[in-house]
Amino acid sequence: MTCLPDPVPGAKKLGLVIDLDTCVGCQGCATSCKEWNASGHSAPLPDYKPYSAGAEGVWFNRVHSYEAGEGAAGRTVHFPRSCLHCENAACVTVCPTGASYKRAEDGIVLVNHDTCIGCGLCAWACPYGAREMDEDQGVMKKCTLCVDRIYNETIPEAQRQPACVLACPTKARHFGDLGDPDSAVSRLVAERGGQPLMPELGYKPVNSYLPPRRRPDQVPVEDAPTQMDIKNPVLRWMDRVLSRAEG
Amino acid sequence: MNPAPSIVFFTTASGAGYGLLFWLGLLRPVGLLPQAPEFALACLALALVLVTAGLASSLLHLGNPQRAWRALTQWRSSWLSREGVAAVATYIPAGLFGLALLADQPGLATLAGLLAAVGAAATVWCTGMIYASLRPIPQWHHPLVAPGYLLLSAYTGMALLAAVSALGGVVGGLAGLIVMLGIAGVVLKLAYWNRIDGMRPAATAESATSLGFIGKVRTLDPPHTETNYLLREMGFRVARKHAARLRRIALVAGFGLPVLLALLASLSGGVAPLALMLAALLALAGMLVERWLMFAEATHTVALYYRGS
Repeated sequence: MTCLPDPVPGAKKLGLVIDLDTCVGCQGCATSCKEWNASGHSAPLPDYKPYSAGAEGVWFNRVHSYEAGEGAAGRTVHFPRSCLHCENAACVTVCPTGASYKRAEDGIVLVNHDTCIGCGLCAWACPYGAREMDEDQGVMKKCTLCVDRIYNETIPEAQRQPACVLACPTKARHFGDLGDPDSAVSRLVAERGGQPLMPELGYKPVNSYLPPRRRPDQVPVEDAPTQMDIKNPVLRWMDRVLSRAEG
Repeated sequence: MNPAPSIVFFTTASGAGYGLLFWLGLLRPVGLLPQAPEFALACLALALVLVTAGLASSLLHLGNPQRAWRALTQWRSSWLSREGVAAVATYIPAGLFGLALLADQPGLATLAGLLAAVGAAATVWCTGMIYASLRPIPQWHHPLVAPGYLLLSAYTGMALLAAVSALGGVVGGLAGLIVMLGIAGVVLKLAYWNRIDGMRPAATAESATSLGFIGKVRTLDPPHTETNYLLREMGFRVARKHAARLRRIALVAGFGLPVLLALLASLSGGVAPLALMLAALLALAGMLVERWLMFAEATHTVALYYRGS
């Protein structure tokens, strides 16, 4: 069970494409994720001491903010971090019980909360910090790619997408099949040069991050008209008189 | 990485217990140990008590210990599962070994003892590989980690065997083996610490965020204002000056003093029982410090998201 499914060419690889150019760091995806998953497949998604100092809890999506580069070339980048549903998911193979598994049919990585023993080894094996322990239930929890939404025939078809994708006000999050080179998400990754995170570790993440677009080289400058730019003859005369006075 | 007391105790106690079982099964047939069945039974009982106490402690680390049996199922892919299978399997030859000693069946005792030794070594190897197989933690994903678990288990097991043996009035070559294993342990730990001090991180904040093409990446705003599981479990890191002091404590208490005491025991027979007892206790205490450091000095790539490079 915790062996990874054999890689099949053309197999479905559901995942997210996150646009770091348009993400505004509003935390809408994180909040919407928490709201949906507190009652779905992963319910309950606990908060510890929610109404006092030290409030914390289990979240599947955490939005960091970074500064990259220096000076005028530097950027502020908002960075949502969640499970990347890796092809080479070590969180699955280290699991001693078979509770952690990767689905052969769509590549989603899930935890069976009825058989998880809560050893925490999968969280150690994940370089991305995608797994968080539910310390009330003693089992590991993680992003399900909203498996209880995307196949849910009781909700309108347009809403069969992960909660984070639907919530994003700037359309910085896209959901689709990254195993199909002709899908909208795959084309987006190809056009914008989508990047994997920590490729050097060899986990082969399915989710992809679109880099912030490069800005044009010329920077806007303050408006400083010369005499030749002044069309009005009266103003041009005044400019000449004032320039002489400064002389 | 956060040093969970249950895991620190588990690897120290079970490691010593398996080491003792290993040497008992291996050295008894070649005549290096007292041949009285009572001696072997006393050692076996001590080994199984330590192993069982350690395994019980490791269950405390689980969120759902009542489901622990499920951990025996995924031995094809998981080193943790393999460790569980090896640990349970080792009880069978170890139990047979005890029964054969009681029933005065020397042939069966030798065979079961050797099988128990193989099981003990396999279990400790699996323990080491649990850590050595984790790529996000470079201080663990290192070729010296699993051999280190084996060597330190052999060392503490030998210290226990020599102590029990000296109580029975036999010092023999065991004190010499403590010296050899202790020196090997020091060499291995010094080499390991030397490697991890100059170690390149497994990844960088730039590769973790894919933003390296813009320039150096610095953290600006964290995603949450309070702590969380990730920071408590994987953000723990011991201060460098404490680490240096604890390394010295582990070296002196865990290896230096036991080696000197073993030398003293082999020189004068009279103080041998006391000296070797003390050596075993010091070696075990030193191992607790070493195991705590093994966690506290390990860094996880998830910290890059919170701390930056």
